[in-house]
Amino acid sequence: MAMAAAATATAAHSNVVIRVRVAPSSSLRRSRSKEMWARAMWVRFRAAPDRGRGFASKASPQGQVQAAGQGTGTPSLALQGSGRVPTEKIEHLERLALVNFGSREAVARLEKAIAFAEQLQAVDTDGVEPLESVLENRCLYLRSDNVAEGNCAEELLQNSNHVVEEYFVAPPGNISLPDMVNRIPSPTAE
Amino acid sequence: MATSVLRLGIPGRRWALAWIDGGSRHRSGTQPGPTSNRARGQSSVTQLSLRTAQKPRKGEHKWAAVVGLEIHAQICSNSKLFSGAQVCFAAPPNSLVSFFDASLPGTLPVLNRRCVEAAVMTGLALNCHINRKSLFDRKHYFYADLPAGYQITQQRLPIATNGHLTYSIYIRKKQSQVTTKTVRIKQIQLEQDSGKSLHDDLRSQTLIDLNRAGVGLLEVVLEPDLCCGEEAAVAVRELQLILQALGTSQANMADYEIQRQITELENGGEVLNETRSFDYKLGCTVPMRDKEGKQDYRFMPEPNLPPLVLYDATSLPSDADSQQVINIDQLRDTLPELPSATRERLVQQYGMLPEHSFALLNEVGLLEFFQNVIKETRAEPKKVTNWVLNTFLYYLKQQNLAVSESPVTAGALAELLDLLDSKAVSSAAAKQVFEELWKGQGKTAAQIVSEQQLGLMQDREALEQLCQATIDGHPQTVMDVKKRNPKAINKLIGLVRKASLSRADPTLIKEILEKKLSL
Repeated sequence: MAMAAAATATAAHSNVVIRVRVAPSSSLRRSRSKEMWARAMWVRFRAAPDRGRGFASKASPQGQVQAAGQGTGTPSLALQGSGRVPTEKIEHLERLALVNFGSREAVARLEKAIAFAEQLQAVDTDGVEPLESVLENRCLYLRSDNVAEGNCAEELLQNSNHVVEEYFVAPPGNISLPDMVNRIPSPTAE
Repeated sequence: MATSVLRLGIPGRRWALAWIDGGSRHRSGTQPGPTSNRARGQSSVTQLSLRTAQKPRKGEHKWAAVVGLEIHAQICSNSKLFSGAQVCFAAPPNSLVSFFDASLPGTLPVLNRRCVEAAVMTGLALNCHINRKSLFDRKHYFYADLPAGYQITQQRLPIATNGHLTYSIYIRKKQSQVTTKTVRIKQIQLEQDSGKSLHDDLRSQTLIDLNRAGVGLLEVVLEPDLCCGEEAAVAVRELQLILQALGTSQANMADYEIQRQITELENGGEVLNETRSFDYKLGCTVPMRDKEGKQDYRFMPEPNLPPLVLYDATSLPSDADSQQVINIDQLRDTLPELPSATRERLVQQYGMLPEHSFALLNEVGLLEFFQNVIKETRAEPKKVTNWVLNTFLYYLKQQNLAVSESPVTAGALAELLDLLDSKAVSSAAAKQVFEELWKGQGKTAAQIVSEQQLGLMQDREALEQLCQATIDGHPQTVMDVKKRNPKAINKLIGLVRKASLSRADPTLIKEILEKKLSL
């Protein structure tokens, strides 16, 4: 994408602000006649609200690793000096994302990916509003409150191999996390 | 119209799971689950999300409990939040599910206007700031009854913020001691409901019904200003009344269930000195610190929905399609009378005590009943209040009936009160008539009075004769009366009353006796 290329190109020049005029590619008429400045593609998430249910997964108090793209506003490098991700953090990520890093190589790949993404921090986005949606100038269509759909149980149930009397069938509810953690030993222990 | 439920949600927990689990082995309490209320045709769903945090207060060495609440109320609408499928309580499984609700590929959300209006009205009623621009987000987690794998909600920028809810606490020991308290409202947001899970542990499977998936919910987040379970219960009750008055949600809820859970939490909470959350599945509180970070919701902006923009009278564009814009000022004008205003009006108009106004509003249909009686009777409002709250309500509660199931209509009670007012019956006789009316045999008050000869003696002469006969028959008592023994006159009155088969007005009896004995 043009924007990404521009971003990496200017990564070396941290005090240059990207300003590129973007010609509208669709036939949408803008409501504003001003020129559209491209916004930085990277969305800066606001710091999580105090209730702890904030936007990004909470940064662990010990590690300073921030998962790619979920910065809390600090522009400095997020990884600890050596670029290594601490073991506790890996285990935490494994639990949350239900992935298995499996080997030292996989973790190294993760660390490289984080370092690569960090380059975007070099872009100065002070005073630039984040672009949350490319639809931001469109009107949100409001549907009137009429019943127009439904009554297709048979059709929907055909999508499932296994149904019981018009119910979809799923495996039993989530296994509670403590039980799961105890069963699977962590492979990243070194 | 849909029946809606009020559900107190647990942050980050699968409360849909717990809803069906009601009464299962996971519940640690001894009270029965919601099933007993289902017989009444109510959807009784309660999950409590109470974060009991205990903060030290300045100058005190004791811990003080602080309770925060999140309440999910199902919006009263014909169709769902983002699809045109019907919202209805009891329907064959998976019959009210559109392709979008089943999250089939290629489907997109389309926002329901009525749900937005409901959210704005609720925000206005709770004195919130309505955000002119609000955003939708996706909250991801895996669960079988969430087919898309995410819930569309409004985490970042909800539709309303910073309001307050006022409620009144009674101190029952002291007569009419009412304190008004306020709880701040952090935000109100629109979000989707999930489907229903039925657990079949025997066959190790879960049955999924998506009828409820996608129904619009109003999540009301209260700040931790509540100091105990009792306050929480009252605040929630008041919110329930407000939502019912607005018509945004029918907010049916098992009150006893709420109270039970709050009490449970309170009992657990007293021992704790950390932030805990009520784990519904385990039926007890668990430390929240462990839970933080356990669940990553991966919030992201909903890419298929532009920001929701609301207008007011000043910002409304002149060429706007009225179907496509929502005018906050217009909605504010259509707000109905809220419970607090209704109570105020009742106290002013009918001179009743505040606690009476609370009682009238607390029972479904009672206020309407009361107002119908007032309309049809000549009797004083205070008399009506007394009869409705003390007699009528008492009979209802004894037989666990709703106002709509009452065998006595407003008209029948009004007629009875008219008879009482015109002194055609005594107070005691009126109670007897009411009891007869309650049997619901279709007789009117007047008919009962004449059949059972409960009418007050209208013949003054006959009464005078009766009094004279009593005087003659009880010379000892008469002497006591003449000696100014205060109890004696009451005894005489009682005797006359008995002789008259309770058909004489005690005040009249007293008057006649006093005249006869030249007192």
